Amino acid sequence: MKREIVKFLILALLVLVVPLLLKGGYLMNVLVFVGINTMLAVALNLLLGFAGQISLGHAAFFGIGAYCSGILTATFGLNPWHAMAVAACAGTVLAFVVGFPILKLKGHYLAMATLGLGIIVYIVFNEAVNLTGGPSGLSGIPNLSVGKTVFDSDTKNYYLIWGFTLATILLSLNLAHSRIGRALRAIHDSEVAARVMGVNARLLKVRIFALSAFISAVAGSLYAHTMTFLSPASFGFNFSVELVTMVVIGGLGSIYGSLFGAVLLTLLPEMLRTFQDYDIVVYGLILILMTMFMPGGLVRGIPAMIGAVSARRGNGGNEHA
Amino acid sequence: MLKVKNINTYYGQVHALKNVSLHLREGEIVTLIGANGAGKTTTLNSLSALIPPKSGEILFNGAPIASLSPDRIVELGISQVPEGRQVFKPLSVEDNLELGAYLRYRRREKRSEIRKDLEQVFALFPRLLERRKQPAGTLSGGEQQMLAIGRALMARPKLLLLDEPSMGLAPLVVQEIFAVIETLRREKGTTVLLVEQNARAALKMADRGYVMETGKVILEGEAAELLENRDVQRAYLGRDKKEIWER
Repeated sequence: MKREIVKFLILALLVLVVPLLLKGGYLMNVLVFVGINTMLAVALNLLLGFAGQISLGHAAFFGIGAYCSGILTATFGLNPWHAMAVAACAGTVLAFVVGFPILKLKGHYLAMATLGLGIIVYIVFNEAVNLTGGPSGLSGIPNLSVGKTVFDSDTKNYYLIWGFTLATILLSLNLAHSRIGRALRAIHDSEVAARVMGVNARLLKVRIFALSAFISAVAGSLYAHTMTFLSPASFGFNFSVELVTMVVIGGLGSIYGSLFGAVLLTLLPEMLRTFQDYDIVVYGLILILMTMFMPGGLVRGIPAMIGAVSARRGNGGNEHA
Repeated sequence: MLKVKNINTYYGQVHALKNVSLHLREGEIVTLIGANGAGKTTTLNSLSALIPPKSGEILFNGAPIASLSPDRIVELGISQVPEGRQVFKPLSVEDNLELGAYLRYRRREKRSEIRKDLEQVFALFPRLLERRKQPAGTLSGGEQQMLAIGRALMARPKLLLLDEPSMGLAPLVVQEIFAVIETLRREKGTTVLLVEQNARAALKMADRGYVMETGKVILEGEAAELLENRDVQRAYLGRDKKEIWER
């Protein structure tokens, strides 16, 4: 437990120090998105990595959070913080409503159902032109503010969003180490055995789905108020898949894994700019190689690799001696 | 303590249990024997509400429980050790055991009480203590069976439903596990309903037994009587017809 606290404090310190080293600039803007993606990946990991339930439609909850916040503030002039609360509720309620019927499904069927949910929501964003602005987007969304401080610059947004991200990580770590976290991993491994232990598997799955949707909707709301512009393209199937990739590449069932996955997958396209038109090929190649050589994700793969290298060095030393 | 009256259970269209009735008195060890597909496991799953019966009555200490959910059943004090052990393989031995106390954590029971039971399980199965931090999937079959039993005990059950604890285990390990079941009854007064393929060993330990065939209870009686029963000997104890009749 103590080690967990130390790890978290190191992360928090890192989050505080990074902007001082960067001194503004374009990378700060990227780091804002890293924060949002981390929230989403951690939220999805609770469902996918712990409870073992796939969702290929998580962008829907992110989108609902974003559009709720966007429409309520830009069109109806609500206070952004109030809009965020409404957005979070909307995501959670939707998750409860669809969660009860679809979480009865397992494996591929659950993947199909959540995929369907993602597509329906995406179509609504595109077609409800009066409300969402359709494909041409929704603009004029105000920034969040506290007192006289308006979160209108990259640096301010960075601190705002990473505040939320750290809170998400802390909440998830707490959950993972609790009775609930254990029960989720039990459901993941054997639902029958979990039920025999007295775990109400069906209800617990729906509740973790709703919690995951809640965090995603809050992330969506933050996204709306930092971007101040929304278009449906950000909430499509591709983004849902990208989130699953972040979780898997980072390491299923590891909160910090999701952080690494989100950092890597958000920064990678930026770093691959030098390859110009071939960047997507290199990106794909990196993902393939990583799943081949680090099937447990970054959090398990990198320590294993360091171990292997140092072991080889140890052997090498013996041979020379 | 437990009364089962004429329950009928279905898998879709398949009528798996046909008017099964049985009862258990407090502190008894009762065994359910029979061939594959006779409905032994289905009976246990009906009791734990994993596959609720379509009709019939189940009374636990006088209260009907046939329509309750699995978690309520565990809460009332009936714990099942499922067939094929079903330990949570990626989780550590200790986490598996703590999962057994899931409902007690939910009720905010004192941690010290739960710890005490954990120590007792370790006292009962010292091998689990040696491996407490190890993932359950790395244990041997016998150790996994011990863990599955220990996990069920963490809920402090009044009635323990054991589904084929001897499956796939070496005879010595089976002896060890059966010895623990007897200890439990002696020291804690736990009532046990034991489903077994290993009819001889089960009948030797049990007070009474039920014999099932194709979804029905076809015979019941004192365990010692069943051991001597010619039909039982021929069908389940592997004795030749000739051997029995020519004696």
